[in-house]
Amino acid sequence: MKESANGTKQNEWPLWEVFYQPNNGKPFEHAGSVHAPDAEMALQNARDTYSRRNEGINLWVVPSDQIVASTPEDQGPFFDPANDKAYRHPQFYSVPRAAKKRK
Amino acid sequence: MSTLDKTPVKRDEILFEYLVRLADDRLILGQRLSEWSGHGPELEEDLALANIALDMIGHASGLYTYAAEIEGEGRDEDDLAYFRDDIDFKNFQMLEQPKGDLAYTIARQFLFSLYSYLLYMELKDADDEQFAGLASKHLKEIRYHLRHSREWVLRLGDGTEESHRRIQDAFDDIWMYTGELFEMDEVDKKAAEEGFGADLAKLRKPWKEHVDEVLDEATLTVPDDNQYMASGGRTGFHTEHLGHMLAQMQFLRRSYPDAEWT
Amino acid sequence: MDEQKKLDEFQRRIDNGEKIEPKDWMPDRYRKQLIRMMSQHAHSEVVGMLPEGNWIERAPSLKRKKVLLAKVQDEAGHGLYIYSAVETLGVTRRELVEEYIYGKAKYSSIFNYPTLTYADICAIGWLVDGAAIVNQTMLAKSSYGPYSRSMVRICKEESFHKKQGYEMLAKMANGTPEQKKMAQDAVNRWWWPTLMMFGPPDDESPNSAELIKWGVKSKTNDELRQSFVDRTVMEAKKIGIELPDPDLKYNKETGHWDYGEIPWDEFWEVIRGNGPMNRERIRARRKAYEEGAWVREAASEYARKKKLRDEKAS
Repeated sequence: MKESANGTKQNEWPLWEVFYQPNNGKPFEHAGSVHAPDAEMALQNARDTYSRRNEGINLWVVPSDQIVASTPEDQGPFFDPANDKAYRHPQFYSVPRAAKKRK
Repeated sequence: MSTLDKTPVKRDEILFEYLVRLADDRLILGQRLSEWSGHGPELEEDLALANIALDMIGHASGLYTYAAEIEGEGRDEDDLAYFRDDIDFKNFQMLEQPKGDLAYTIARQFLFSLYSYLLYMELKDADDEQFAGLASKHLKEIRYHLRHSREWVLRLGDGTEESHRRIQDAFDDIWMYTGELFEMDEVDKKAAEEGFGADLAKLRKPWKEHVDEVLDEATLTVPDDNQYMASGGRTGFHTEHLGHMLAQMQFLRRSYPDAEWT
Repeated sequence: MDEQKKLDEFQRRIDNGEKIEPKDWMPDRYRKQLIRMMSQHAHSEVVGMLPEGNWIERAPSLKRKKVLLAKVQDEAGHGLYIYSAVETLGVTRRELVEEYIYGKAKYSSIFNYPTLTYADICAIGWLVDGAAIVNQTMLAKSSYGPYSRSMVRICKEESFHKKQGYEMLAKMANGTPEQKKMAQDAVNRWWWPTLMMFGPPDDESPNSAELIKWGVKSKTNDELRQSFVDRTVMEAKKIGIELPDPDLKYNKETGHWDYGEIPWDEFWEVIRGNGPMNRERIRARRKAYEEGAWVREAASEYARKKKLRDEKAS
């Protein structure tokens, strides 16, 4: 607990990352973060902050310090190898015109 | 209802009165809660209290609108909210008390949300389609208010020494206003007979059991019922706080009644 | 890689329109400028709740009450989004908040003016939020990823803020004589402070060039101000409101509206703390912060105790 500018011992609630599911069956997206003392309040704060306009039907909250993120230095080794695997992408394949239309 | 008003007789009159009572409760509490806007203990809680306030005012607005429609005299929600005096307001006295500290706001919210939850569980099956529809729509939000306030009761009760003392004081101060929540007067009895009102006396037991449970978990003492209990909100008898609140709430609208403000 | 190479690479990324993310290398000065600018922005959102909050309890209809309460609530949300974005730069919300309520950190001077009548609420929505939209639309393209993302969200939510103000001001400007008077009076008072919101003129704005070079901003204060004036003149005409500037006139050569001398002395005075509401705004925020301390502590203490209990139980 750090000494506060006005001399009192002020603590700060931990930070949580908030993810929401926009619609049934859709993947979760990152919404932002909230401060909360514990998981239940984090969930409530996430609801009150990030679904004021019915943005989501489900929420996840994760303590921010539990997020493991790749570093910029990883960018080469992590993501470059995928760059030359064009066969993983649908654009790699040509489809006869008639088949396309049926979509 | 001032001391001069007559008890309603016809079904529509009873329904009108019943709706206005519920609406007054919600408007007055919503108004109190909105005083927190910009002054909450943390931004997240500012948002949460504003959400509850918005729900309360929204519920009031829906109920007033329907009441005005039932009445059929061309009034609207604003006529009911802005052009009645304190002796015409029917809200419970608990709800007009000043917002106090967060402990007071939370204790009141918990007691009232729990009451509303039990009440609306009955009203959602009211023998009046539109009223039942409003009740089941509002019930979803009330359930969240209950969850939010209950969690805060636990945190403040079983938090620090200071928070424990503050919320215990809050419950002790509010307790005298809980009696009238369960009183059944003529309007309530007739509403129940007509099939759209709840038997409030019956709600008391489950309400008390849940309050006991939560306060116990929060390491708090449930105040004694054997004390002076306030009464009269439903007849227009209020504490002095309501008049000041209405003076503030209504002044602009009443100063220029012919102007358009919607 | 030596410092100059890193700096060149950083500048190349900015010039390419790439977004900078929290863990990316960035010049210390870029980080500092962002912290300063974003936290000022966040403080402004939060202090901005006070002048408008002043009218929630007195709003003249239930509809207007809900609209205003929802708008003020959005401002709490927007402050929260931006604080979260600054926190990615390694500072905490508490530090930032204490810098403005006890220290010298700034927030937008516009909130140091009082809201005297309900028409002020309408004028704020139309003018102040209108100006904020011009600024924030630009910031949504900012080079710092978290800032830009929070701005995208805020812009989306704020579109109703200006609209509700303009709509109600239009009604008042065409309403009863008292309403007309309130509407015009409010615009007279809010017009010049709104123009000051874009910051000092370009030749006196020390940070602008650097912020533009780094893609945090893409337009200068004067450019933003001009685009706000151009659009607002037309909007004022439509609802029969006069803007209190006798020098306002269309310039055929530039295609813009020329405006009169902005009272910059007042601007610098208010920034220095000498505005009508500076003390009161800070006092209100300090009070909320200090009176909230026991609540924040209680919740933390409960969480600590509960964790211990849960560990024991398992």
